[in-house]
Amino acid sequence: MHATFSYPKYSFTPSDEQRTGNVRRHPVVIVGAGPVGLTAALDFARKGVPVVVLDAEDTVSVGSRAVCYAKRALEVWDRLGVGQRMIDKGVVWKIGKVFNGDRMVYQFDLLPEPDHKIPAFINLQQYYLEDFLVAQARKSDLIDLRWLSRVISARQEADHVVLQVETPDGVHAVEADWVIACDGAKSSVRKMMGLEFQGEVFKDRFLIADVVMKADFPAERWFWFDPPFHRKQSALLHMQPDNVWRLDFQLGWDADPEEEKKPERVIPRVQAMLGADTPFELEWVSVYTFQCRRLDRFRHGRILFAGDSAHQVSPFGARGANSGVPDADNLVWKLALVLDGKAPESLLDSYCDERVAAAKENILNSTRSTDFITPKSEMSRVFRDAVLELAVDQPFARALVNSGRLSTPTTYTDSPLNTPDGDRFAGRMVPGAPATDAPVERDGLSGWLMEVLDGRFTVLYAAGDGPVPAEVAEALDGLAAGPLPLAWHAVTDRRRGIAGELVDSAGRLRERYDLTPGSVYLIRPDQHIAARWRRFDAAALSAALDRAVGHTVSR
Amino acid sequence: MAKLMTEQRFASPDDVYQLLIDSHRDLTPEQSTRLNAKLILLLANHIGDAEVLAEALRVARQGIE
Repeated sequence: MHATFSYPKYSFTPSDEQRTGNVRRHPVVIVGAGPVGLTAALDFARKGVPVVVLDAEDTVSVGSRAVCYAKRALEVWDRLGVGQRMIDKGVVWKIGKVFNGDRMVYQFDLLPEPDHKIPAFINLQQYYLEDFLVAQARKSDLIDLRWLSRVISARQEADHVVLQVETPDGVHAVEADWVIACDGAKSSVRKMMGLEFQGEVFKDRFLIADVVMKADFPAERWFWFDPPFHRKQSALLHMQPDNVWRLDFQLGWDADPEEEKKPERVIPRVQAMLGADTPFELEWVSVYTFQCRRLDRFRHGRILFAGDSAHQVSPFGARGANSGVPDADNLVWKLALVLDGKAPESLLDSYCDERVAAAKENILNSTRSTDFITPKSEMSRVFRDAVLELAVDQPFARALVNSGRLSTPTTYTDSPLNTPDGDRFAGRMVPGAPATDAPVERDGLSGWLMEVLDGRFTVLYAAGDGPVPAEVAEALDGLAAGPLPLAWHAVTDRRRGIAGELVDSAGRLRERYDLTPGSVYLIRPDQHIAARWRRFDAAALSAALDRAVGHTVSR
Repeated sequence: MAKLMTEQRFASPDDVYQLLIDSHRDLTPEQSTRLNAKLILLLANHIGDAEVLAEALRVARQGIE
């Protein structure tokens, strides 16, 4: 098969502790150097926490796999300094089209408003993504990447975890205060611990063919129900970099996965789709089935699960890696504060609360898409076909067409870390919501709010057209000098020369956050809203900050 | 909260019943099923209220299992 990418080989170097036999206690060991594990490692390093990353293999993802990366994951990677490289290499897109037969029945725009730094989606082969993450991790002295290091057992002690790690040089012990299992859907850590991974198995098979060709399809997601080239089944088309195209064909449960992978079976399917005179080469072929399932709890003592090891979804909606990255984003700041003695250990339970809620939302969406694409009963198929038939002429039915509801970040509506609103605000920036971007000018340079939210707590004070009252500035300076990592910024309508001010010259910040002069927002290190008020109240802000780091607040 | 209306609302009940029956004339059971599904979707959207629909489904399912 054709190869547009040559796989790197990461060499195994025995660690000091393996060579000398002196077991060291690490604050954090991450199992798995995939997108989620590497994201967590980069975030820990940024917060000054040294991490060891163990990976059983010595290269990146084999095959393009995940492909679609959503805005929220890209925002996390941008904060970690690696997002732009992905966007530059990736195919940026935001439009999805759904066809029934040869007619378009539905179109969606995943980012209909202007003025955001990060695009709605990019398509990028997972091997590039991991390659970029590894390159970024290698720049840090705080990240110890250990390849060909397979965890074969995990034992929890009262205040640490002991892992037995198998390498080309034999088996040795590694100790950690905390272990994060990012070792994928087939997580060996999860199996060692005997944890149940429950959910639904879907009886259908899908063929992925990555083909290399020159084509003039637009950079959009195209999905077909019952296309002329693949009757009674669905098909999907996505553009990737390097003239690689992702084709996905529904095969049905009775298809033989080994037979379907053979080029003599794949090539006619691709030709039927592209036309017999379109030259192409096969890059990668895979047949998959899928399941929607999750762990009941993502924290088990000192072992925490993140990404596919904790929850698995169908691919429709791109909710796999795109929910694993927010897991890491959610967990790392909390664990860093716990390690630093600045937050109670119970803060880690909010990781579980918030990300289980996200997993439920993702599984619900993914299951609904799958039920539409692969109806499980005769009547389910009748309704599905009726929706597709009506969608041609009836606008209401288009909203029911479900070819995958694409990944959006979860609002932690019921999180114990939120301070419920006491004042009235309009718009989407409710406590628990992921902060939305807006253009701002800082130090005379144009930039973005998301660049300001740099992994610390952030307080935004809307100064409007006036100065920041002295007592407000004093209180906020006091908080910024306190034990928790925190920065504050005045949001001004025009340049006023206040230190650290964010000039909202386009007015988008005011609009998207419903700011009026005196409004205050407290935003968490993972860029989710913790609390907001119409008037500055130092005591209320302190209480909200306490609550956001897991201290019990008496009401 | 809207409520499912179950009191008699038709001006001419026999006409409505005949409309339903006539619309299925000459259709195979499969075609009738398809028509019914489209009709349900159209009417559900017309009602536009998930609670009313849920109540109707609950009542419709009574006695079936």
